[in-house]
Amino acid sequence: MRICVALSVMVALPAVAAPPPGASSCAGCHGGGGMPVLAGQPAEAIVAAMLGYKAGQGSPTVMDRIARGFTEAEIRAIAAWVSAPR
Amino acid sequence: MLGAALLAAPALAQAAPKVVVIGGGFGGAAAARALHRLGVSVTLVERDATYLSCPFSNAVIAGLREMEAQRFGYDGLRREGIAVVHQAARTVEDRRVVLADGDALPFDRLVMAPGIALHPDAIPGLDTEAMPHAWRAGPQTLLLRRQLEAMEDGGLVVLSAPANPYRCPPGPYERASLIAHYLKTHKPRSKLILLDAKDAFSKQKLFEEAWAALYPGLLEWVPLSSGGKVVEVDAAARVVRTEFGEHQAAVANIIPPQSAGRIAQAAGLTDRSGWCAVDPVSFESRQRPGIHLIGDAIIAGAMPKSAFAAHAQALVCAEAVAALLRGEAPAPPKLINTCYSLVEPGYGISIAGVYQPKDGLLADVPGAGGTSALGAPPAVRAAEAGYAEDWFHTVTADAFG
Repeated sequence: MRICVALSVMVALPAVAAPPPGASSCAGCHGGGGMPVLAGQPAEAIVAAMLGYKAGQGSPTVMDRIARGFTEAEIRAIAAWVSAPR
Repeated sequence: MLGAALLAAPALAQAAPKVVVIGGGFGGAAAARALHRLGVSVTLVERDATYLSCPFSNAVIAGLREMEAQRFGYDGLRREGIAVVHQAARTVEDRRVVLADGDALPFDRLVMAPGIALHPDAIPGLDTEAMPHAWRAGPQTLLLRRQLEAMEDGGLVVLSAPANPYRCPPGPYERASLIAHYLKTHKPRSKLILLDAKDAFSKQKLFEEAWAALYPGLLEWVPLSSGGKVVEVDAAARVVRTEFGEHQAAVANIIPPQSAGRIAQAAGLTDRSGWCAVDPVSFESRQRPGIHLIGDAIIAGAMPKSAFAAHAQALVCAEAVAALLRGEAPAPPKLINTCYSLVEPGYGISIAGVYQPKDGLLADVPGAGGTSALGAPPAVRAAEAGYAEDWFHTVTADAFG
């Protein structure tokens, strides 16, 4: 009976692209409440900004502390995901 | 039996999996919406008709903000097709939540965001109607505000902060700052003593820098090693006793020790610490499989008990639950936390962190995170105060629609 329930559950949900590690947390601040909205921005611009913050460039207040928690590959994946219009 | 089950499966395949979410705060409401977006049939169980936000409630206490700005409803969730049941959850049986009225909600998986339980009985003599905790936004917040408003100029305000862990690590220090601002601007002969059951606290250097500049002689912090631990109170006489002596308060705000919310205890999800151990990838309970926990109630390692963290955990947990319902293994996540505190209007400071699973907990990603810079110019403090407001608008819109 448990197998039956498990199968029914498995096939009923559509497969969707899951956010890469770290990407979903961006929605805490970036969603239209005042800080820049990321959806619809060029992914390359987000990558450039994040890599700059990570390298100590610019004058961010918090994004440098956050950018240092991600590799360049992670930043590229996050940028691709958060920049997608939704 | 196996053959019969396999044959029966296609007939059942149309039903969306059912997830029940208990608790409609920042974590629970965001989890319900995220699961709904992922195609899950969601029922949110929340006792109250509306939610009152703890973030920014210190500004309500200090008279800088009205309580209605803290209130959020669930109509946004209902409009999207999420079922919202306004009842307390009594307990959790095998794959069903039993509600206060005896009804039961079946689930394939359960997400719980039960918040905290407060334990004023841990401090002998404490009566929270005389000495409010105001650590859950609501009547207690307004009671403390009224007490401050009624206090004569020259009175002593005593605030006590608990030992770790507790909801919102920088919260008592933001509160002390904003009450000090109220005293400075309305009752300048008054004083605030902050009794602390520990010797160090979140954003300590930033708070101390601000206090020295803004509230010299007005705000005094008493650490554990100098007699900061409250051992007893006389609530009616407004006397607060520590290991080293006693304070005659005009207003006393005693923040008591805390644990995971009551339903987590009732459902057998807490360990001996009183909090809930979870897997850091799926947020599934270490005690009961099929039940996931997020927010202030969990033992999250380096990740603090904050609304930002609860929201970040909700989104990761929703993806993990959806993956498990599809029969897939959830991918190891990374999570972010950012907490802003106000030390006066227009003066904000922050702490941030990035976290990843390590050794069964969420650990700091080395090299990331930290606090705002010491000695930063006023423009940076003003910017961070503004970002705190921006965060509040964004996160409440994401959680409540």
